[in-house]
Amino acid sequence: MDKAGSKRRSRGGKSGSLRSGPTGQSHFVFTIPSDHAASHEVQMKIIGDVERRGFHEQSLFAIRVALDEAMINAIKHGNRHHKKKKVHIEATITADEARIEIEDEGPGFHRSSVPDPTLPKNLEKCSGRGILLIEAYMDEVKWTHGGRRLRMVKRNEPSLIPRG
Amino acid sequence: MAESTPPISVTTQKDIRIVEFTNNKILDEGNITDIGATLKALIEEGSPPKLLLDFANVDHLSSAALGMLINANNEVKKKDGKLRLTNIKPQIFEVFVITKLNKLFKIKPTRSDALNSFDE
Repeated sequence: MDKAGSKRRSRGGKSGSLRSGPTGQSHFVFTIPSDHAASHEVQMKIIGDVERRGFHEQSLFAIRVALDEAMINAIKHGNRHHKKKKVHIEATITADEARIEIEDEGPGFHRSSVPDPTLPKNLEKCSGRGILLIEAYMDEVKWTHGGRRLRMVKRNEPSLIPRG
Repeated sequence: MAESTPPISVTTQKDIRIVEFTNNKILDEGNITDIGATLKALIEEGSPPKLLLDFANVDHLSSAALGMLINANNEVKKKDGKLRLTNIKPQIFEVFVITKLNKLFKIKPTRSDALNSFDE
């Protein structure tokens, strides 16, 4: 039932949390199969924690969009839905920010090789917008390990809604 | 993950098919496939198709859902039809702005604006 939870490597506390409560920090570590249901559970847990800490609505929305896109990228474009390949997720959430790392077991990619989906010639193409949304909505975004690992940070502040 | 209610409802006003998303997250891959298939069927039956998508209930939109909408737009164009989007909440509209898809789609603030725009 709790597919994501059963695969979780918790460092202590319940629900993968080191400490609970709005003053401490939550630390989540998950390893899940390349599976949308498991991904959904992980997202619910991370978003649930961010929500409980009373993040500003815009920051919450940003994390929700970026996390969803990052998980889809890892499962679909990274691991190509291979059941044996895992997605590793680590999230540290405080009252001030959410730091999330997602690593897949795919071949990796070069950021520069992804075409800009906002160019007029690409506007009618159906893909390529996930990375754009992650970069637009998060405060810090970095791909390492040949593009297999994504580290992204969102600060909890009433920032202006990003514009493209 | 199965949704207890269908992700969209379809009504008709004159020759315009009005599609309302009943799920607040057009997010789940299964949902997107279902919605895409329904839109495709609606586009195929119209001659030419006139389609209005109402986003009043939508709180989250993924890039996969945007891809599905672009696909629908391309199909409508192929049949010389018209596609309008309406009632998009500000946060969701920002997703269209960031991706510059607000330039691709004809987005109207209210349903009546959108319905009237089919005669333009």
